[in-house]
Amino acid sequence: MSETHQQELRVAITGGTSGLGLALVRELVDRGALVAFIARHREAVERISREHPAASGIVGDVSRKDDIHPIAIQVLGALGGLDVLVNNASSLGPVPLVPLADTDCEDLERALATNLLGPFRLTKALLGSLAASARGGGRPLVVNISSDAAVTPYAGWGAYGASKAALHHLSRIWSEELASEGIRIISIDPGDMDTPLHALAVPDADRSTLKSPDAAAREIADLIAAPVPGTAQFASREPEVVR
Amino acid sequence: MIPASTATQRSQNARLLVIDERGAITHRARADFQTLVRPGDVVVANDAATLPASLAGIHMPTDSIVEVRLAGRDSLLPRDVTRFTAVVFGAGDFRTPTEHRPHPPLKHAGDELRLGPLRAMVLTVLAHPRLIELRFENPGADIWEGLARHGRAIHYAYVPEPLAIWDTWTRIASVPVAFEAPSAGFLLDWTVIGALRARGAAFATLTHAAGLSSTGDAELDRLLPLDEPYDIPASTAALIEACRDRGGRVIAIGTTVVRALEHAARADGTVRPGAGTATQRIGPHTRLSCVDAIVSGTHEPGTSHYDLLGAFQDDDVLHRMEREADVHGYRTHEFGDSVWLARAARDCSPRRSIFVTAPRDTGFSAFHGHSRGLSSRLDASRQ
Repeated sequence: MSETHQQELRVAITGGTSGLGLALVRELVDRGALVAFIARHREAVERISREHPAASGIVGDVSRKDDIHPIAIQVLGALGGLDVLVNNASSLGPVPLVPLADTDCEDLERALATNLLGPFRLTKALLGSLAASARGGGRPLVVNISSDAAVTPYAGWGAYGASKAALHHLSRIWSEELASEGIRIISIDPGDMDTPLHALAVPDADRSTLKSPDAAAREIADLIAAPVPGTAQFASREPEVVR
Repeated sequence: MIPASTATQRSQNARLLVIDERGAITHRARADFQTLVRPGDVVVANDAATLPASLAGIHMPTDSIVEVRLAGRDSLLPRDVTRFTAVVFGAGDFRTPTEHRPHPPLKHAGDELRLGPLRAMVLTVLAHPRLIELRFENPGADIWEGLARHGRAIHYAYVPEPLAIWDTWTRIASVPVAFEAPSAGFLLDWTVIGALRARGAAFATLTHAAGLSSTGDAELDRLLPLDEPYDIPASTAALIEACRDRGGRVIAIGTTVVRALEHAARADGTVRPGAGTATQRIGPHTRLSCVDAIVSGTHEPGTSHYDLLGAFQDDDVLHRMEREADVHGYRTHEFGDSVWLARAARDCSPRRSIFVTAPRDTGFSAFHGHSRGLSSRLDASRQ
């Protein structure tokens, strides 16, 4: 059990049945990683599981506190440990997008539950496994999917932007704190992608100008697989925001 | 002693009863735990997460309500999730003390159990009518989902509020293979682990499938602990060897760590890395090869956990420890106070020289003798 991570990277991806998450499942399975993916809807999880029998599909909602440990148990049951967690599942908040003054509190809460509390709770539940990976000589990594809306105040993106800004800052602080455990936490902005989430936010976007989620998944997979120039040195830098 | 009745892992008021290698007793705040650790020591904890191992359901042949508590498994491999040793209880739940729970219906090989979404078959009735080997009939991924969604943490009546599964996960909890929480590890958090390293000590883990601590049935309890699979990472074995070389102490967080390390120990106090199954009983007659001190919950005489403490200090010291804990109102069980128990000093020479001069059969083969005893008791009933 303690040896497996040397052969196959064990990766869990939330929001793994559409958009960037699905592209990551495909990319990482193709590259030989052991992959578990999590999504809310059983039909979608079963469909993607049929398409990718090598990946383990798990039904769960990261925004629900009571789902976190059942998700963690199934991830660890499927993979036997964990090297990489990708917190990708995201909520836009109110759809269609509205100004903050017209945002219901419940919509803001939902965005925070999915984009901030969910990644915090799931990372905490899996932290013991990530630390075990580090002690065993692995180089565990948490990738939090962020957005340029975390940095730039786009009108209409209040719930999403505020929750992603909080996630981005959480990543930066956690990265400082967990460097001593050998765990890296990075926040990545994959760019404006042609995904169902983007279509909900900007229904009339010119899709030809949008990045494909496959391209973003390749970039993130490169980053996950990239050699690290000494864990402490890497983790003491600012988390990278790539575009 | 009074049971700790709230599920607080790191109570501000938690205390630590410290028994040094000469048997001298002092009272400390558990928050001072790391100050007892010296530069060069290695602290070893069990990083098993707790499986929701209590499954409510129906014994189909008699249509009666049962609770099945998973208690053992052949290995820690994720795919090896089909066959378990389990203890069966009659109707009711954790609110009734286990010793007052009604008996379950008699089971026979081939009986079907419906445990929420899980279907299981009784393969064998083992050394006791309530101790069975079962096989889940669902596919592997469905078994994990069924356990994760339908299972509850094993829970005893002295904690009146329902336990959430996260109440049973230590801060370092990794793979979910323990049937009950390796609760000595509740005293650790990431701040404490950082403080240990800052003191120049090493922190290491192993994974050990901690089993049931009690069943409420004296005859069944005599079979505890059951065989428990464990895994010792190569990095942990290396840290222990380095600790031995520099004359540091191996400090085990919990009885499960003692059981795994001593099972894997070589005569020179180093350990074999990798997977194994701890089958031995540790008690007053065990000569410890690896562990120098244990940090544990307070345990009551007559339990296998208490017996294990007998390998560290003699009866006289343990009785004084009991009395001190009683008089000073230490709280017992998994959310209670803790004990630091150093192995009694044997002589003044360094450890390695003891084993160079001592006959080989003093400790190592002694506990293998015990292991044969327990295994044969279980095996006999399997036939």
